[in-house]
Amino acid sequence: MTATPPPLVVEGLTTSIRLDGRLHHVVRDISFEIRAEETLALVGESGCGKSMTALSVTGLLPPIASVTSGRILVEGVDMVAASEKTREDLRGDRIGMIFQEPMTSLNPVLPIGFQVGEALMRHHGLSKKAARERARELLELVRVPAAAERLDAYPHQFSGGMRQRVMIALALACRPSVLIADEPTTALDVTIQAQVLALVADLQKREGLAVLLITHNLGVVASVADRVMVMYGGDVVESAPVKAFFDRPTHPYSQALLAAMPRIEGDGQLKPIPGQVPPLTEMPSGCRFQSRCPLRQEICDRLPEMTPVGGDPEHKVRCWARSE
Amino acid sequence: MSASSSARRNTVASRALRSPGLAFGFVVVVVMIVAALIAPWASPFDPDAQDVMLVLSPPDTTHLFGTDAFGRDVFSRILWGARISLTVGFLATAVGVVIGTVIGVVAGYYGGVIDRLVVAATDVLLSFPQLIMGLLLVAVLGASLTNLVIAIAVTAVPAFVRLARGSTLAMRERDFVDACRSLGYSDLRIMFLHVLPNILDELVVMASLWLAAAIRTESTLAFIGLSVPPPTATWGGIVREGFDNLLDGPWLAVFPSLAILAVMIGLNLIGDGLRDASDPRAPQ
Repeated sequence: MTATPPPLVVEGLTTSIRLDGRLHHVVRDISFEIRAEETLALVGESGCGKSMTALSVTGLLPPIASVTSGRILVEGVDMVAASEKTREDLRGDRIGMIFQEPMTSLNPVLPIGFQVGEALMRHHGLSKKAARERARELLELVRVPAAAERLDAYPHQFSGGMRQRVMIALALACRPSVLIADEPTTALDVTIQAQVLALVADLQKREGLAVLLITHNLGVVASVADRVMVMYGGDVVESAPVKAFFDRPTHPYSQALLAAMPRIEGDGQLKPIPGQVPPLTEMPSGCRFQSRCPLRQEICDRLPEMTPVGGDPEHKVRCWARSE
Repeated sequence: MSASSSARRNTVASRALRSPGLAFGFVVVVVMIVAALIAPWASPFDPDAQDVMLVLSPPDTTHLFGTDAFGRDVFSRILWGARISLTVGFLATAVGVVIGTVIGVVAGYYGGVIDRLVVAATDVLLSFPQLIMGLLLVAVLGASLTNLVIAIAVTAVPAFVRLARGSTLAMRERDFVDACRSLGYSDLRIMFLHVLPNILDELVVMASLWLAAAIRTESTLAFIGLSVPPPTATWGGIVREGFDNLLDGPWLAVFPSLAILAVMIGLNLIGDGLRDASDPRAPQ
């Protein structure tokens, strides 16, 4: 570890949605930090608060949601306390973001080269010509073939994988220190997924990026993440180095997630997690997983603390049944 | 620009070129514009010069379209009248498109209270028929070139507000707008650099149809005497004079009417052709 603070530090982040005049927490008191060159994977089902966490970090929450407490430090600047202007300046410059849908995340009527260069004109005040030149370099960096000729091409002339590369070039144009990747490979087919992930990993090393990877694909987690955070109902229920997570998944929800993943060995039966995430208005008090948990007990009505397990201070679980 | 990059434009352009209606409409409108531009040199007579010896003379080789009740050359008056009609039409449409688009994009992008106010105001304005609205405004402001442009532009604004707002609403939900926000782009940049180019094709099509409507409104106002006051020649004004002398000199009403008709048909053909050419669902 270096002496400089990690590019992204989140402390006690709580994000709430106002429904019928009542506040419902969609992200509850989560804390984490990501160091340079480190990848933190955020996993969980749809509706568990992964994307809300990412949107909180970038300050792009929908109008009904807001960060109600906590600090989000991007290179030491608190995004929560900062003005909208400051947040706008940091987005795209210090924090890059790539999205799930490369097919629709580029503007269909503007040439690729302009779109990649635009971030540089916006944040670094580059001239049109300089931005175009830098856009060509960036397209080469993300290995778009014949980059120079493709500067004037439009998004519809690119395949999904190529468009995701362009999105990566866009996100990294201003050389941010934090990259948020929200399901970056979900819409791509498997061979392209591997290429895109390898590209991200490569660029991460080159640029020293702190990557927050949001995914529900545990295969992707196993191949690129350094640490894993499992979220359920807005709570972090388990946090562990990637190896410990796959060797000793401890929270019942983590175990259920892994059991629901297809494997080559075994009897070929997937074990779905019974039930579904309860709606926000019907979240149980205490541990939110209790309504689907095989290990439920009386005490689960109170929320357990994150407790280290197996003598590893990095591996923490939020479960009464699992804390020794 | 490389060959592949201009592919999209090429398809729209080549589709447009292959549409005979659009090409014909384009030629008609261009001829009219050129005629208006060269009127000072091309008109054989001073449009306002009266000749009492030649009152209501039918078309012949000297006076191509005949003369009116004051002995003025109708052909020259139609050329000069094109200047008024086309100027008012283009200016009013341009002003209406720009103002309407800005208001519509902003309302659609931000939504909320701004949007509701804009929609309410638009609905009120649109409930007046275009002609009544124009008539009302000219009557209040007084008949002059500037006031005509203002009055007709005002009637065009709500239509473009409504179109731009609707299209922006649909665009706002697209992923690339979120991507723009994640890059720290300001609302202003997103609205006018990213959303606007995506809705421009619809606006252009509608503008060409509104251009026809604006010219028609100007002619109608001129017909009831609310355009630029005489003796300045306007198409509607000449039709009015022809109407008064319909039995003695039918050509007086026929020729300016034909000019109006030609421009209407030309602009509508352009509008339809552009719409078909820019419609991705249309057969190639």
